[in-house]
Amino acid sequence: MISEIGLAFKKCKKENRPLLLTYTVAGDNTKKKSFEILKSISSYVDILEIGFPHNAPTADGVEIQNSSHRALTNGIKLKDVFQIVKNYKKIKNPKPCILMGYYQMVYRYGEKRFIKQCKNSGVNGLIIVDLPWPENKNFSKLCKKNSIDFVQLLSPTTSKERTKKILNDSHDMAYYISMLSTTGGKLKISPRKILENYRKIKRINKSKNLVIGFGITKKTIGAFKKADGLVVGSALCKEIARSIKRRQNPVIMVNKMVKALKRKIT
Amino acid sequence: MKIKKGIPLIDQHDKNGFYGGKFGGNYIAETLKRPIDDLTKLFQKYRKDRNFITERDNLYRNYVGTPTRFIKLENLTNYLGGAQIYAKMVSDANGGAHKIYNAITHAMLCKRANKKYICTDTGAGYNGKMFSMVAKKFGLGCKVFMGKRDIERQKPNCEAIKKNGAEIIQVNSGSKTLVDAVSECIRYWVSNCDKVHMGIGSLVGPNIFVKICGWSTAQISRELKAQLIEEFGEIPRKTKLINCIGGGSSAYGFWSEFVDYKKNHVEFIGVEAGGPKNSKLHAAPLSKNSSIGILHGAAAYCIQDKDGQINQTESISSGLDYPSVSPIHCFLKDSRRARYSSATDEEALNAFKLITELEDISPSLEPSHAFAEAIKIAPRFDESTTVIVNSCGDSLKDIDIIKKRLGSYSR
Repeated sequence: MISEIGLAFKKCKKENRPLLLTYTVAGDNTKKKSFEILKSISSYVDILEIGFPHNAPTADGVEIQNSSHRALTNGIKLKDVFQIVKNYKKIKNPKPCILMGYYQMVYRYGEKRFIKQCKNSGVNGLIIVDLPWPENKNFSKLCKKNSIDFVQLLSPTTSKERTKKILNDSHDMAYYISMLSTTGGKLKISPRKILENYRKIKRINKSKNLVIGFGITKKTIGAFKKADGLVVGSALCKEIARSIKRRQNPVIMVNKMVKALKRKIT
Repeated sequence: MKIKKGIPLIDQHDKNGFYGGKFGGNYIAETLKRPIDDLTKLFQKYRKDRNFITERDNLYRNYVGTPTRFIKLENLTNYLGGAQIYAKMVSDANGGAHKIYNAITHAMLCKRANKKYICTDTGAGYNGKMFSMVAKKFGLGCKVFMGKRDIERQKPNCEAIKKNGAEIIQVNSGSKTLVDAVSECIRYWVSNCDKVHMGIGSLVGPNIFVKICGWSTAQISRELKAQLIEEFGEIPRKTKLINCIGGGSSAYGFWSEFVDYKKNHVEFIGVEAGGPKNSKLHAAPLSKNSSIGILHGAAAYCIQDKDGQINQTESISSGLDYPSVSPIHCFLKDSRRARYSSATDEEALNAFKLITELEDISPSLEPSHAFAEAIKIAPRFDESTTVIVNSCGDSLKDIDIIKKRLGSYSR
């Protein structure tokens, strides 16, 4: 049976446009606000990535670190993250949700218990930043068994041979990290070069849906239209930080930005 | 959980990098998979390469100044009236601490990987200082990640780092100490792994960093073994090797040659940072029964909350102020080959005071934790017991803290 994530890709392919995936941190800057953000951008976004914050992140740039810090300062716990997803899934036409975070949080919670909680809350997929292939084989199988897509990551340092194996083990979506960077770094290489690498991976396995993330902003998103899907994360986290600083409502400001992002790729 | 005989402890991991089936591993971002694979292959190749080892040994001899002294602390022994107390003066090493051994290996590997830049983390500043020294020697650009709080409390080492031409990157996130410095250093490496070699400053991190560090600091116990045989004609019965534990790099180096000896022949005692006397905060995951967590790429005992967030730590010694510990020490603990205790800030300061009054040595606040344990246990034994403390760092870096807490500092 095709998953909700798989269906989202199908729908966008029909509409001849890339999926728009957003990433925001659960609890940034409060539980309530982060839920409202999800609700307000829901109709413009195809898949929502939701970060569960950890205070020793080894792959996040400064924007997402700050987002996580705000959320943790406001007391976000894993149980709140699941509750936010649960509440979001009750709105009309909810989109697929992917939780993203570090393995320490899963490990501490217990793998099985974590997956069960995901399933109960309506989580559709998981990205675990520091659980690479092949170490993730068992966990990924456990996800699949529970109808949760485990999203495999690929990067510019991943060899062709390795890419093949990773794609073989991937579910409905894989994630290409555009460059050597933590999240939200400035694009160090041209979109053209990134797309070139991207197409190399697509040639290895055409059937796998592959999204691009890291360094995508309002300015650059237009150049990546040909990808299956595009993730914008740090730019949104930055927008939340900026609106808090200016005493604006982050819900409205993030909504505005997501609309603008959507316009650039449709 | 069992330790195998005849195999260096650092090599007793399974194919996924786990010691005892559950400690260590490689929890890393996809981007770092290849750089870490490359480094693993490079190290596998060179650790057996005769030229590499000759070069290393020459550096140890002529640059580090090995062997470091093995001395008897006569006055302290008489004062306590129990076990015979000795010190292995690793602080004699060029730069003033054991961190030089690991730094040399990393600089040599960096050269062989044809990289021109090297980066590392530091807590007490010794690791940063040693990396800056070897970077200067080998002509490498060097960045040292250091928490703001540690920059403020370890000034002499910061000055040395800068004097050697390395750049200190101040880390302002989290508790602004070693844990944040390591995170930031790894993040920097994620973005620059094509050009920069990373060396982690202790026996922590993804498996290969544990191995490189342990392989390097093992020099300490190779020397000690020879010195013991020279002094006593054998490894004395009832020997106790006491070492402070932050990440655990000096302790591994101090113990590695003796792992195969029976526990009642050569006992290992690790001393963690107990933190301020009347505080709940500490940096002692092993002796205060923390549960296993994943930090900086490895599973190990880790100070954390129920949800998995890393908890704040507190210690007077920057070098021990780390919420987790090496997977190797978790393995040594659970296999019961080593035992771990802790000393408070005050106990370490008192030990420092007593040692410097009685002896002509001046250990930094990190080994002062180990001396505190030696002072505590030595009176319980008689002269047939030999207590040896690894004096793995020099106190000069702690001048500000010692002045403030004890009123004065002199050498």
